[in-house]
Amino acid sequence: MKNRNIPKKLQDNLITIGIVVVCYILVMILSATGLLSNLLQGLLVPLCAYIILAVSLNLTVGILGELSLGHAGFMCVGAFTSAFFSKCMENTITFAPVRFFLALLIGGLCAALIGFLIGMPVLRLKGDYLAIVTLAFGEIIKNIMNVLFIGRDSHGFHFSMKDSLSLGLEEGGDVIINGAQGITGTPKDSNFTIGVILIVLTLLIVLNLINSRDGRAIMSIRDNLIASESIGIHITKYKLMAFTISAALAGIAGVLYSHNLNSLMATPKNFGYNMSIMILVFVVLGGIGNIRGSVIAAVILTLLPELLRGLNDYRMLIYSIVLIVMMLYNWAPNMIALRKKAANRFGRKKEVA
Amino acid sequence: MSLLSYLINGISLGSVYAIIALGYTMVYGIAKMLNFAHGDVIMVGGYLIFTFVSTLNLPVGLGILLAIVLCTMLGITIEAIAYRPLRNAASSLAVLITAIGVSYFLQNVALIIFGANTKAFTSVVSAEPLKLFDGQITISGETIVTIISCIIIMTALTLFVNKTKAGQAMLAVSEDKGAAQLMGINVNGTISLTFAIGSGLAAIAGLLLCSAYPSLTPYTGSMPGIKAFVAAVFGGIGSIPGALIGGIVLGIIEILSKAYISSQLADAIVFLVLILVLLIKPTGILGRKIQEKV
Repeated sequence: MKNRNIPKKLQDNLITIGIVVVCYILVMILSATGLLSNLLQGLLVPLCAYIILAVSLNLTVGILGELSLGHAGFMCVGAFTSAFFSKCMENTITFAPVRFFLALLIGGLCAALIGFLIGMPVLRLKGDYLAIVTLAFGEIIKNIMNVLFIGRDSHGFHFSMKDSLSLGLEEGGDVIINGAQGITGTPKDSNFTIGVILIVLTLLIVLNLINSRDGRAIMSIRDNLIASESIGIHITKYKLMAFTISAALAGIAGVLYSHNLNSLMATPKNFGYNMSIMILVFVVLGGIGNIRGSVIAAVILTLLPELLRGLNDYRMLIYSIVLIVMMLYNWAPNMIALRKKAANRFGRKKEVA
Repeated sequence: MSLLSYLINGISLGSVYAIIALGYTMVYGIAKMLNFAHGDVIMVGGYLIFTFVSTLNLPVGLGILLAIVLCTMLGITIEAIAYRPLRNAASSLAVLITAIGVSYFLQNVALIIFGANTKAFTSVVSAEPLKLFDGQITISGETIVTIISCIIIMTALTLFVNKTKAGQAMLAVSEDKGAAQLMGINVNGTISLTFAIGSGLAAIAGLLLCSAYPSLTPYTGSMPGIKAFVAAVFGGIGSIPGALIGGIVLGIIEILSKAYISSQLADAIVFLVLILVLLIKPTGILGRKIQEKV
């Protein structure tokens, strides 16, 4: 039994990664033949970032079973630290791939560090409290980014929380992080190919984790905390592990996102609560705990409103209805009973979960 | 002197938070769920009063009454459609995510109906400002009305919960749903009543909030809503006096940090308070510790 299961999981994972690769080739062919509109081309890199975010949030929500509403906060940390690095190093390291690789490392590590620090106290809380604290954390990060000023001149770096004048820069010094205006002129190092490579890497990391001993330990905590504690699973360690990895991947998505933008600002739209909810919608629509579902849902929900321009005003309304209906359909005990009945009536042998 | 006027402003803002926090704390105590949409009911209440009073030119009293009634019905409807089917769901995440969905739904419906532009809310409070210390400190009419309404609501609600049959039923349901049902208490009805009271209070909170800060957008309710939840946690979730204490302390913290630290960081400081409270005393000031049974 065990021997037959493992190749099946491998097969499953290969299908998920295969879908991404096929989509990539398809998009490349489309763009080579000029069938891709400018609008869609501009959407490709953010789409890659969204997919990575959805997969990493699914690790927290679906595999660890805790609701995080501050995922955009980790993305924000990754985006700003890496954009700061790239801006500083723009003239020192001129070879873009190396610079971007280092930026990825820095963004990912900083987000992981923040995730670890936040996770240590916060993961002791449960359910609703954890959700509200992660939400609070996301807002704190966004607010801090809006009042942070960092400049550089020949004396080194200057910090301020007030305005760019109080940095006290000498002649010729430049402001790197300009408060609410954020970082402008980040080198445009990311592109669609890098985005897809990062998606595949993310999928490899997450899928491997799920199918490993550690992953099974994490899922056992989700299913029954007390039972898994009683068989000697280190709860804090595994919770932190999942949370930190999830944060690091969100940071990497932030790096990808920021290196595609000329000016990076921490607005409620891109790094606030709204973004966290949007990612949550991807995860819920794709199926909580289903990694492949997250990828597909992120693609569909990002492209659909862009393809049907008339729907754009109603996009958020549709998202909210998706959330409510999916939850009622999948989780309400009455609904589950109804679906079972319907399945029996139409003579389906398959058990509806 | 400026400190004193900041404190008064803080108490006024805190009174609004306390009224909102009541809605959270009662629902959490009884239905054991975080009603994310509560903040957005405040926004709906604000828009309703705006429509009735400024657009339709109804008398102020009638407009307020209609808004309260409609918000109450909205609260009952939300509970019946979105939350009740999920009450016995296997995962506690389900109802939380649904609540987020409802919150988003209300915001976007308001966005489509009223647009993203800020509506200037004309204050419906007609009380004279109070001048103290030879006019060195002026307390606006809105502040006085807010603080007085908060006191009235707190007293009325405490009496309701402790003295009436319906209030006792609420306490019983929050203690043990199954046992309450065995004693012949209508659990669904009691939970509906809780949502009704919470949403009616949200309409009043919307009125007071928009009178004090006269700008109305579809997102007006979400931030005060989250902060009021912080207040409810701070005071101890499930406790009515706790909501009052938490709300006032939080209001003062917010106004003082706006005045002395940074207006942009005020929200961050309020959230930091939440994180600290949850780390040091997760049950809040007046909350009871619940033993977890295996």
